[in-house]
Amino acid sequence: MEIVVCIKQVPDTEAPIRIRPDGSGIDETGVNLVMNYYDEHATEAALQLRERFGGTVTLVSVGPERAREALRQGLAMGADEAVLVSDPRLARADHLQVARVLAAVIAPRRPDLVICGKLSTDDNAALVGPALAALLDLPQATAVSRLEVAEDATHALVHRELEGAVEVLELPLPALLTVERNLNEPRYPSLPGIMKAKRKEIPVLTLEAAGIDPEALGTPGAVLERLAPPPARPPGQRVDGQDPDAAVEAIVRYLAETAKVL
Amino acid sequence: MAGGIWVLVAREDGAVRRLTYELLGKARELAGQGRVAAVLVGGEGGVDAEALGAYGADEVLVLAAPALAAYTAEAYTAALLPLLAQERPEVLLIGSTAQGRDLAPRLAVRAGAAIVTDCQTLAREDGALVAIRPMYTRKAIGTVRLLPGRLHIAVVLPGVFPVPPRRDRRAEVRRVPVPPEVGSRARVREVRALERETVPLTEADIVVSGGRGLRGPEHFALLEELARALGGAVGSSRPPVDSGWVPHDYEIGQTGKTVAPQVYLAVGISGAPQHLAGMSGSKHIIAINKDPQAPIFQVADLGVVGDLFEIVPRLTAAVRRRKQAGP
Ligand SMILES: Cc1cc2nc3c(=O)[nH]c(=O)nc-3n(C[C@H](O)[C@H](O)[C@H](O)COP(=O)(O)OP(=O)(O)OC[C@H]3O[C@@H](n4cnc5c(N)ncnc54)[C@H](O)[C@@H]3O)c2cc1C
Repeated sequence: MEIVVCIKQVPDTEAPIRIRPDGSGIDETGVNLVMNYYDEHATEAALQLRERFGGTVTLVSVGPERAREALRQGLAMGADEAVLVSDPRLARADHLQVARVLAAVIAPRRPDLVICGKLSTDDNAALVGPALAALLDLPQATAVSRLEVAEDATHALVHRELEGAVEVLELPLPALLTVERNLNEPRYPSLPGIMKAKRKEIPVLTLEAAGIDPEALGTPGAVLERLAPPPARPPGQRVDGQDPDAAVEAIVRYLAETAKVL
Repeated sequence: MAGGIWVLVAREDGAVRRLTYELLGKARELAGQGRVAAVLVGGEGGVDAEALGAYGADEVLVLAAPALAAYTAEAYTAALLPLLAQERPEVLLIGSTAQGRDLAPRLAVRAGAAIVTDCQTLAREDGALVAIRPMYTRKAIGTVRLLPGRLHIAVVLPGVFPVPPRRDRRAEVRRVPVPPEVGSRARVREVRALERETVPLTEADIVVSGGRGLRGPEHFALLEELARALGGAVGSSRPPVDSGWVPHDYEIGQTGKTVAPQVYLAVGISGAPQHLAGMSGSKHIIAINKDPQAPIFQVADLGVVGDLFEIVPRLTAAVRRRKQAGP
């Protein structure tokens, strides 16, 4: 089974971030950059399928050169190869343009499955997966929390969490999935895996080298104009709960008089 | 552009979701004197389409076909494309539900639209649609501009826009033909309702959430009782999910749901940034935590420093007493 996993490198969500004074983005100096959390689950899903069906797992990323490190982490988990498309002309690309670049790299490989994380934790957009499915003209299932691939690998049965319900969806392969975190438990890179990943070459392709006509990407439709700190919440009221009855009275009063829900 | 602001009607179990009304209110505001249309995919199925006029829709476009009986991204996209091409609305608002997030990007690609998700405000600035959305685990707020000249699709978080006051007004209902080739390779086998006694989390006015401080699954019953007394829903931080005390669909935060209720009650939750990412848009935040240094107190409007096991049962009783006594 040929599987492609899309990987993004993002700032660690634990870390505080500094917004550049001009609001153009975040200051990345000293920020710990990691593989997007959901992409670890995507990689794990791919590795499990390869263990069962054979074939190869290829990681693809679009991003700055440093994104190599996130790909290396996926290789250390056990992926077979990795490709990075890095081009200064993509600095202002929107999500749909990134999806177009991914599609151009992935389409010739004719994979049986393309797996993405359900979103990336830096911008939370959840756009690239389903956009890529449209560009590759594949059936899709997003936010997959359970995955069963048929013995003959012709179709998959997946679960998706809806609001208050679970959808059971059957889709023929090839297909594109984006995955939820409760799908699996990502493995840690093994020491031999890390050593092997260090020796692997990760080609870094410009648009031309990837066979992409920059014109065909069009212009971005969505532009991040500025970043600002979230508005500060005015300091709240404190009550001491040592006396539970007084605490309860304060909460009830707040619910009734301030929030007006009682 | 022929113009107009459209709202994709979001439903659950056939019934119109509150989120749809929130979007219609915003659409009415963005449209000014222009037209607002609600798009009902899959047929009326028990919904009084004309009644959407009360929330701001001038007309309701109904797309009915057997292939649209169950939601699939492919069939919905194929059904909507010719309609969008023909009528050329300026903006399409889609609610940030599991289905909305599944559909919107696919539709955006096929319709050549510009798209932004997780919108928590929307405004118009010289012809362009401008959205504000949380980013970087809500440690920053991004302003995203959708450039004019193509359809704009905005995927909007639930609970950020108010439900508009109902007006005495009916919408015009127009049935739109669905091309016969509309279909999907993916097939919905089943939609299984989860056992949740209360309101869906993303639509609840009041969310009572528990964290590791609850110490075990059996104590979530305390929160369920409080939520029932308040008419709210129960949520959780991540550790109760990871420990198997509650299912994943309870989780609020970066790797869970985003909620923006009137009141969020955080019980035994420390307030890690990944949790705040899912709930700090709530109107009123009340925290109960025994650690006076817990970061949750930095966002709480009312912070109670104390033992949840002492406070929660008494709070439930007090709320019940008050409700019985009447306003
Ligand atoms: C990539 C990533 C994504 C994540 N996504 C999420 C997410 O979506 N949602 C999420 O919630 N977390 C998420 N986390 C985890 C997050 O970092 C925190 O670990 C988690 O939110 C902590 O949950 P908690 O507040 O319930 O537990 P703790 O931090 O352990 O806090 C428990 C609190 O309960 C209080 N307490 C204990 N006993 C009592 C008592 N008797 N009475 C009153 N108070 C009491 C304690 O004082 C403490 O403050 C994520 C982490 C990572 C790395």
